[in-house]
Amino acid sequence: MKNFYCKILLALCLGVGLNIPVPAQDKVIDFPLAPYFSPATSEVMHPDDDGFIRRWLLLEPIDKPNRSNTVFTDSYIREAFTTEYFPGQFTVLPEDGDHVTVGKQKLTWHALESNLFNVKLFRFASKLHKQVYGVLFWAVTVIDSPEDIPNVRLSVGSNSASMWWLNGEEAVMLSGDRRMVKDDCLSKRLTLKKGKNILRGAVINGPGMSDFCVRFLDEQGVPVRNVTIKKQ
Amino acid sequence: MKTKTFCRVAAALFVLLMPGTAAAQIGEPYIHDPSTIMKCEGKYYTFGTGGGGLISEDGWTWHDGGVRPGRGAAPDVVKIGDRYLIAYSATGGGLGGSHRGTVLTMWNKTLDPTSPDFKYTEAIAVASSEDDEDCDAIDPGLLLDPTDGRLWLSYGTYFGFIRLVELDPATGKRKEGNEPINIAIGCEATDLIYRNGWYYLLGTHGTCCDGPNSTYNIVVGRSRKVTGPYLDNMGRDMLEGGGRMVIGAGNRQTGAGHFGRYIEEEGVEKMSCHFEADFDRGGRSVLAVRPLLWKNDWPVAGEVFKEGTYEIESERRGYALELCVDFVRMEGGMHRFWEKSDEPLQPLKSQTLEDVIGTWPKGNIDVRIGDYMFRPHQRWTITAVPDAGGYLGAPYYKIVIEGTNRALTATADAEVSTVPEFTGAPEQLWRIEQLTDGTYRILPKKVPGTDEELVLVSIGDSTPSLGKFDRNSDNSKWNFRDH
Repeated sequence: MKNFYCKILLALCLGVGLNIPVPAQDKVIDFPLAPYFSPATSEVMHPDDDGFIRRWLLLEPIDKPNRSNTVFTDSYIREAFTTEYFPGQFTVLPEDGDHVTVGKQKLTWHALESNLFNVKLFRFASKLHKQVYGVLFWAVTVIDSPEDIPNVRLSVGSNSASMWWLNGEEAVMLSGDRRMVKDDCLSKRLTLKKGKNILRGAVINGPGMSDFCVRFLDEQGVPVRNVTIKKQ
Repeated sequence: MKTKTFCRVAAALFVLLMPGTAAAQIGEPYIHDPSTIMKCEGKYYTFGTGGGGLISEDGWTWHDGGVRPGRGAAPDVVKIGDRYLIAYSATGGGLGGSHRGTVLTMWNKTLDPTSPDFKYTEAIAVASSEDDEDCDAIDPGLLLDPTDGRLWLSYGTYFGFIRLVELDPATGKRKEGNEPINIAIGCEATDLIYRNGWYYLLGTHGTCCDGPNSTYNIVVGRSRKVTGPYLDNMGRDMLEGGGRMVIGAGNRQTGAGHFGRYIEEEGVEKMSCHFEADFDRGGRSVLAVRPLLWKNDWPVAGEVFKEGTYEIESERRGYALELCVDFVRMEGGMHRFWEKSDEPLQPLKSQTLEDVIGTWPKGNIDVRIGDYMFRPHQRWTITAVPDAGGYLGAPYYKIVIEGTNRALTATADAEVSTVPEFTGAPEQLWRIEQLTDGTYRILPKKVPGTDEELVLVSIGDSTPSLGKFDRNSDNSKWNFRDH
């Protein structure tokens, strides 16, 4: 019992200290990725109040050794992100618990909801006891739009470099040794089509923190919120 | 080639080839005491002393052709409803002559002398001075008060007081029973403007009409009431000779006088004046148009944009416009800063275009915004394009990567990119305008496929695009830094 209260207190302290909204207590205590993530549910989920997309399928990190992030030039990024590491990399819509094999690594997809506006990939890896440096992450989500929404832009901040595809088309690339900044790089004008839109991203990092934040902005820079975020 | 023709060609070449010479209006911008610039049916007009005036199709190239009867001195114009009210003065001689003066007003529906509607009404006297008065009733300036629609006229010279009278905005006549109010001394060529709760009285100090030696300069005082008192930044009343400098000599031009304000749109303002002597035009008196800036609610003349090589800095975060190319790391210069070293210091060479251009794609290259590192892909050379026309006060510019002809261009999807060779296409011509806060906006002459006026914007910290100008957003603002 004493241990149980300690866990609650620790979780609450962690959550408050990191300014993370703390979900239901049992979820916080039991879930290994708390307090940064909660398990993805089937409940209807919209982008958050600022339009950030928080529901993602994340693949455990692919081993991609780099001692420094200064190597992430445009050419390097384009090559690193267009290399096929596993079958269906640019087409598959994985489910929670699906596995892929990359070289000698057997990696698992996790359906998660970030408790922050950004997705802390570093903590995703560290909480799963995976490598945190010299890594390449894949992320996928589904955006269900009630209508065609033209002239929106995909807005991304990432640490470090990243590349993003909407419905199979390259949307935006963030090269260089980057810190995650809200609305750092935006795509050209895109259309979110009526129905399902698949957003896919890859984030690469050598040493240091790794995370990303993603939202769509309309022509006036207002976050797009009238869509739902799904696992499938 | 005849000597006269040769001289003309040589003079034109001299003007074109002078570094940073896009300082003065081109064409035949010869005028003295120009009235506030008016835009009428797509053309710009200003009138001067002695009758007549200048017309411009684009605000950059000016020609003789304005028509104002009555000759006389130093007119001013204000648009009221769908008509133009023109004020001018009949002088008794001024300076060493008589100080009997009369200010007259007249109306016209258009300023275009080729229009069938072009017809001046009969001029009517609205103010005057006699020799025994401490006033010389010339040099009128008009203000239609935007707060209440009342119409005011200032006039006068160094000889005595600058005076203020009220006119009827419906007739252009003096308001019945109105008596002049003294609002300044020691200046002439006054103009009144209103902004942000302040009335500003702009006057011209210094020596007029002395060519390259004219010390004419424009000063300002401000008041919460149109009737004054007009105080300068030191609290001195303009009735005691106060006045804060707005513009004086510079750029090989002397004798700035006869202020006029032109509001392009909110956040984009310009001022007109003459320079008594343009050294590059044989000392002739010329029309000048400058950006009008506001600092702490004081008007300040902006600088003419100087051609050169710059970082184009986004006001949003401070990052620099650059080509989307691989960042090429520099070798050497890495030290273990925690260890002492007695090695002699060797300056590092800057990275050159030759060091990196081989790594760049040959075709179109997109642009982005990134940390300024004074690297070749971030250095933009900006030069005026002859014969490409202009806009009010300046020519169109090309913006190319230093040492190349790779030019910034607007694209058909309202984005920005670069093309390997500048061709002079309208989407490669850029309008550079200093805003009232001192930053700049940058607009393509034409965005392919649309007539919409769009400016270069930072839609993200690292992403440029084209969008509507928003004076309240740093996304629309840029700086040119030479460092």
